[in-house]
Amino acid sequence: MGRALGRLARRFFSYSVRIVTLLLAVSVISFALVTVSPIDPVQQYILGLGTAVSPEQRAEIEDYWGVDQPPAKRYLSWLGELLHGNLGQSALYRRPVADVIAERFVNSLALMLCAWVLAGVIGFALGCVMGVCHGRWPDRLLKGLCYLLSSVPTFWLGLVLLLVFAVALGWFPVGFSSPIGVRGEDVSLWQRLYHLALPALTLSLMSFASIALHTRQKLIGVLSSEYVLFARARGEGAWTILRRHGLRSILLPALTLQFASFAELFGGSVLAENVFSYPGLGSAVAAAGLNSDVPLLLGITLFSALFVCVGNLIANLLYGVVDPRIGTVEP
Amino acid sequence: MEQKKETLLEIHDLTISFRMYDRLLEQRDLRVISDLHLTVRPGEVAAIAGSSGSGKSLLASAILGILPENAVVGGHLHYKGQELTPQLQARLRGSEIALVPQSVAFLDPLMKVGAQVDGHRRPRPVRRREELFRRLGLPEGTEDLYPFQLSGGMARRVLVSTALLSNAQLIIADEPTPGMGLEQALEALQMFRELADEGRAVVLITHDIDLAVAFADRVSVFYAGTTVETAPAADFRAGALRHPYSRALWRALPQNGFQPIGGFQPYAGDLPRGCLFAPRCPLAEEACRRRTPPVREVRGGEVRCFYGS
Ligand code: SF4
Repeated sequence: MGRALGRLARRFFSYSVRIVTLLLAVSVISFALVTVSPIDPVQQYILGLGTAVSPEQRAEIEDYWGVDQPPAKRYLSWLGELLHGNLGQSALYRRPVADVIAERFVNSLALMLCAWVLAGVIGFALGCVMGVCHGRWPDRLLKGLCYLLSSVPTFWLGLVLLLVFAVALGWFPVGFSSPIGVRGEDVSLWQRLYHLALPALTLSLMSFASIALHTRQKLIGVLSSEYVLFARARGEGAWTILRRHGLRSILLPALTLQFASFAELFGGSVLAENVFSYPGLGSAVAAAGLNSDVPLLLGITLFSALFVCVGNLIANLLYGVVDPRIGTVEP
Repeated sequence: MEQKKETLLEIHDLTISFRMYDRLLEQRDLRVISDLHLTVRPGEVAAIAGSSGSGKSLLASAILGILPENAVVGGHLHYKGQELTPQLQARLRGSEIALVPQSVAFLDPLMKVGAQVDGHRRPRPVRRREELFRRLGLPEGTEDLYPFQLSGGMARRVLVSTALLSNAQLIIADEPTPGMGLEQALEALQMFRELADEGRAVVLITHDIDLAVAFADRVSVFYAGTTVETAPAADFRAGALRHPYSRALWRALPQNGFQPIGGFQPYAGDLPRGCLFAPRCPLAEEACRRRTPPVREVRGGEVRCFYGS
């Protein structure tokens, strides 16, 4: 047990080192892209504020961006600020970038979490059905549905759901995370969930296909294995086999895949949030891009990279836990 | 011993085909077992010996009723005089009829040995399993190992223990010896011999005719999906066999002269008409190629040959 924990700690450490390296690389590349782009962050910021600035204020902003310095030096001083927790000011929202990200992320997290759980549960259940019915009509039908859904673009799917359920049927609100005209503190959990439902459904419909198809493939493999044949020879019924041998071997790989899908989840949320005017990180990143809000764009870029990395980290750590053959030293 | 003990398992004219569809969606039946006969009585080891990869393992699946979905089964199977219907098979497998598979690959790699041997029935027979493990000489703590951690000898005993825990009357051992040294193989077969001596019936499916003759009471020689001869083991040792193939097989063993048989076993889907052995049989005549020879009782054994004596 102690050894296993030690191994887990070592893995955790080595992945963390990799994540830090990767984040550094992302910061260098995104900073470089902003530097070579025609956008002048100082000018944009002042424009974004929309009010006149005093020369002192201007000097302060220029100092933050290190306007007169060579790019490498500018990058280092920006990185220094970053490490002190100063992500700069968002011109668009007129607040510190860190605050914007924190607030938006909570919204996005709620959305992504719902979609993630929904996609995981639906995908896994459908995968099991397809695996058990391998080759028969339920399998073929659901497989077709999965291929169809995974090739449909998110925003299109979102628009269709919006038109059908929000506009035509009126079952769900058209957008935003809370009713218009209600103050933030007064919004109930139920209202939040109600606003969350449609975007979350869109996002999950987009990503459950991969988990379903993966689960199906895994389950077919398990069910045609020799140990399932032996289980049948010992009198285990189909349901018992699924519970005793199937779930055990497919559940954790599916979970691992789910954690590894954070990147697609995030990418999908950008589109879904924009379709549904949902105030999360995804809509913020689009707004930041369209309005050339450089600090916010950089901040969200780094943050989303971190988010995806954490998902992969969890996935990788899970791999070791799942299979006793990976975690154990030969006797 | 009584002359004619009650039979436990009787198989008559068992035929197994697989329904295949070729490119034009034309249905084709691929026959892998044809007209197989087998009788098993309590207290005896009945061996089925034939070369590897000739479909012998399907016999075990057919008895247990766990053939793949596209398999078509013909013929009669009786257990204790009752016809083996799918319902009866579902009730018997794992309780009265047990399979001992050939390797550790038949154990769930992600489940600990103890839970696996206990099986799915509740309450878990933990006490009896512990006792059984002790009797089989499995070391303390075996139940907490994963299958990949078992040594060859332990794995074999664990696999046998699954059958013993079920109190099965009929134990089907499918190729229990490949990949083992001679000593291990002897030990494994000795275990099955003891199970039979305690009153159970054992069907031993093996490619090793030598070992089959050493441990079984009766040996059926399996060729191209059928049993060509069933004879008491003593007849093999005495060289008093009835079928040209079993005689040739016996002579091909190293200690009996090492005379190989010419030709190959026919493949399923490409079976000859009439006697399946005719293309390679030195005694073959016109009649052999036209008609399938019936099973005949000769000197206390069964033979599927027009001229077997
Ligand atoms: S039936 Fe004819 S061909 Fe077949 S084994 Fe007997 S003699 Fe040979």
